[in-house]
Amino acid sequence: QFQLTVPITVAFAPGSVPGDLPRPLPFRDVQEMEISVNPRTSITSRYEMLYRSTTAQEELALDAATAREADAALRPLQDASLGSLTVYVVPETSSLLPQGISVYVGKHRSALVRAGGGLAAFHTRLRQLTQVMSFTASSIAAALSDRVPDGQLGPDARRHLKSSLGYEITFSLLNPDPKSHAVDWDIEDAVNRYVQPVLDKLSLVANFSVDSQILYYAVLGVTPRFDKESSSFLLSAHSLPHVINPVEARLGSSAASLYPVLNFLLYVPERSHSPLYIQDKDGAPVSTNAFHSPRWGGIMVYNVEAPASPQASLPLHVDVDMVRVMEVFLAQLRLLFGLSREELPPEFLVESPGNEGLADWELDRLLWAHTVENIATVSTTLTSLAQLLGKIGNIVIKDDVASEVYRAVASAQNTMAELATGHLHSAFQASKEAVTSSERAFFDPSLLHLLYFPDDQKFAIYIPLFLPMAVPILLSLAKIVRETRQHKKEPTKMD
Amino acid sequence: AAGPGRAGAGRDALREELLLSPLPAGDVAATFQFRTRWDADLQRGAVSHYRLFPKALGRLVAALGVRELHLALTQGFWRTRAWGQPPLQAPAGAELWVWFQPTVTDVDKAWKELSNILSGIFCASLNFIDSTNTVTPTASFKPLGLANGTDHRLLRYAVLPREVVCTENLTPWKKLLPCGSKAGLAVLLKAERLFHSSYHSQAVHIRPVCRDASCLAVSWELRQTLTVVFDSFSSGQGKKDWSLFRMFSRTLTDACPLASQSKVYVDISPKNKENELLEVTPPPASVHEAVVQGDKRTYAVYDLLSPSLFNTSRSLNVQLKWKRPQDSSELPTPILHAQRYVSGYGLQTGEISTLVYNTHPYRAFPVILLETVPWYLRLYVHTLTIITKGKENKPSYIHYQPAQDRRRPHLLEMLIQLPANSVTKITIQFERALLKWTEYPPDPNHGFYVGSSVLSALVPSVIAMKAVDVEQSPLFASLFPSSDGSSYFVRLYTEPLLVNLPTPDFSMPYNVICLTCTVVAVCYGSFYNLLTRTFHVEEPSRDGLAKRLANIIRKFRGVPPL
Repeated sequence: QFQLTVPITVAFAPGSVPGDLPRPLPFRDVQEMEISVNPRTSITSRYEMLYRSTTAQEELALDAATAREADAALRPLQDASLGSLTVYVVPETSSLLPQGISVYVGKHRSALVRAGGGLAAFHTRLRQLTQVMSFTASSIAAALSDRVPDGQLGPDARRHLKSSLGYEITFSLLNPDPKSHAVDWDIEDAVNRYVQPVLDKLSLVANFSVDSQILYYAVLGVTPRFDKESSSFLLSAHSLPHVINPVEARLGSSAASLYPVLNFLLYVPERSHSPLYIQDKDGAPVSTNAFHSPRWGGIMVYNVEAPASPQASLPLHVDVDMVRVMEVFLAQLRLLFGLSREELPPEFLVESPGNEGLADWELDRLLWAHTVENIATVSTTLTSLAQLLGKIGNIVIKDDVASEVYRAVASAQNTMAELATGHLHSAFQASKEAVTSSERAFFDPSLLHLLYFPDDQKFAIYIPLFLPMAVPILLSLAKIVRETRQHKKEPTKMD
Repeated sequence: AAGPGRAGAGRDALREELLLSPLPAGDVAATFQFRTRWDADLQRGAVSHYRLFPKALGRLVAALGVRELHLALTQGFWRTRAWGQPPLQAPAGAELWVWFQPTVTDVDKAWKELSNILSGIFCASLNFIDSTNTVTPTASFKPLGLANGTDHRLLRYAVLPREVVCTENLTPWKKLLPCGSKAGLAVLLKAERLFHSSYHSQAVHIRPVCRDASCLAVSWELRQTLTVVFDSFSSGQGKKDWSLFRMFSRTLTDACPLASQSKVYVDISPKNKENELLEVTPPPASVHEAVVQGDKRTYAVYDLLSPSLFNTSRSLNVQLKWKRPQDSSELPTPILHAQRYVSGYGLQTGEISTLVYNTHPYRAFPVILLETVPWYLRLYVHTLTIITKGKENKPSYIHYQPAQDRRRPHLLEMLIQLPANSVTKITIQFERALLKWTEYPPDPNHGFYVGSSVLSALVPSVIAMKAVDVEQSPLFASLFPSSDGSSYFVRLYTEPLLVNLPTPDFSMPYNVICLTCTVVAVCYGSFYNLLTRTFHVEEPSRDGLAKRLANIIRKFRGVPPL
């Protein structure tokens, strides 16, 4: 149905040009790939490649000692627009890439590829690379998960958060036993140091607000099992779904905004239940002692060491090690946004995103998926609005609702056009506008279908009229039937 | 165990307190106060890390630019005449008044949003607050906290007298407490006992206060109060003795571990100096004497945080016994009290009368009366009469905002001087309006509520009061600011009124439809028969029943048969 275009620049360093290139450099090439989501929806991904040789500046940058330095030096030379990719091909003998690694994915929107193996091998490698750095069939399918028939999706597809204009992130410290533990966490500093850089990067995708709270006497819904061998308490994997419910009642909803909430809970178990470990399906303890719940958030159990002397005065003062906690929460945050690393071929090396927690191309991946998802949401919303109008004939569409609908449609079309030309950023902005307009139109209070009389009730009011009127009609009908029967009988008698 | 202070997050502290006071009529009033004080400025927006202060309310205050918020949900009516001056009274139903920050540009929008969110938080139908029951009083509701301007355009006040308060409102209220109902005084809050009482009022007050004596920085204070009156006289077989277990069916076992102060006060002030009439067990560790509402009171104090309290027994069950039957014939009347009723006959006009009593033997004092009347009672302001001791009493300040149909209610504010030892009668006539048929609430024959009128006054004290440090004094004495030593602030609410409006017969349209439809159907039926029936010439062979009857009659008459 629609087309996603990824502009790719392939720059060949001297000595890396494959011998069997079809045309002399520079030249352009287009590759298309069909992603079929369901019988009615299919997406064409179109890779517009520009093959060229490296410029003098780029060659200078590629002379760096390591791939990381080369990546940093190449950054100002690239096309910085969202969604575009630059691939540098280095000679087979280059020492830039470590032994056995032939593809290096940088922090930004570029990658280094070791030449060699001919054009066909280069093309497959390029395709793998572009899928890692932009989107794959499965990531698009996950974005359109509402439309994909069940069973075709991987288990991860429904884990991702729905695309929204904003998210609220709430960190909650659950202290069910304030008598024995006085737990303190420096959440403000931890948020500023670890979470905020990621959110700054993600601010293009949505608005984020972060807050935190401490809840006392909040207990998990499951009593952990005591394990004699390790003298610890265990929560088995199958009981985890029951853990959240009683806590959730205490978390407090986001009364002041309509954005979805991401909850990250740090649970300090009661003294009588410490230490507490989470077991996975095979019975082995989970190393992070944490788990996450799709589209909801994550929980981490933080055990407090028992005091050296049992006579230590209660409450025991505990300062939470925020580095350990935030490591887990950030990993969960990435999971919830669908930024988990996919299975990569062994010759791929991915640079860690560093302090920002998120590489530029990962942001692009998110934007591709969210843009597609937004368009799907808009079309679903508008379709159900149209269905509603079809159902209730005399509903009144005010001018402002109509203009919102027109705007939504125009923005959605704009998004499609921008996607087809490879402008990811403007496409995403347009898709956000489309979502806003369509939601505003759909949730307009004047379109409440309870405001309109259903037809069966109108009929009910007139039953006192229709019923007595129907009686003579029905009686005469019965009479006619009786008479025709008699007419039929009479001729036989005459015989 | 107060939170260790950190410069960034700000300190917060929780104090909890229970005041038990035997009322003159034999009932017992229990007032719970939970105060969370947070040394952080919510308004600056940067604060988003909550500890003891509930996040839901904190975000609300920050997002909507609330300067001060007072919400009370009340079931029953505080009988000032019999029970004396309440520590905290609230009108029956739901009451909400809010001061907004001067930075809020569209106060009405923020007010609407706020009432909707609060209705979600407290499961109350506060979302029915709209322009038809919201007023902006000019004099009655001054900010209780720190305020540098009192531009009354930033104030909104609304009462929903029809609101019924029950368990579903108590549960979210309890959830806002840091200890929930798991520890501390809040374990006593058992819904089935609390609502089996004569009066139940729960409230939330949020206001900015001075952080210290120099008042250079702002702290935010959240007070959650709950007042409940138990009728111990009738439930205790005519005896006025009571205990915590008898009232709440629970006892106290510990303080909330997060609270920096946790105290139970029992009012044991002797009615007459000579003989101690009552006895409290266990004997209190200390006794607190204070002048509260112009009266010298003595309180037995139990400090739940002191380790000695739970040494002898594991739980605290405060009991009070009267040494000899007290003669309850003579009730001390409070200095200021009021009553209100509606009079008149028929369904067209009526009259609202308010009686305000000043029983002070020699001091006159002014009182601000706030009256909000829904638009469907059309007040005739020219009929407003204020009569004291047979003479007309001219109010020194009067503010009247007439109602607009379906848009805003009447607002009448008056400053009336009450002479010593007098009764002032305020009457105003009204006409009942006809509502449109969709505007009637369910069960319109029950009547329409008119919210309580509000009396605010600085009542002169009989005993001189000395200025006290607010932070040190018990919580029940420190919500309203005391201006000076000679008078104290009282806010009273009168009874809500129930007025009948002309109510149509709602089934009439359907009856009319049924009747006309039947008539039309009968006409149609006969026409139909007439048009479709085929007429035969009938042979007069067999006698019909009519003919036979006619023949019998003819026989009697002696006429030959047909």
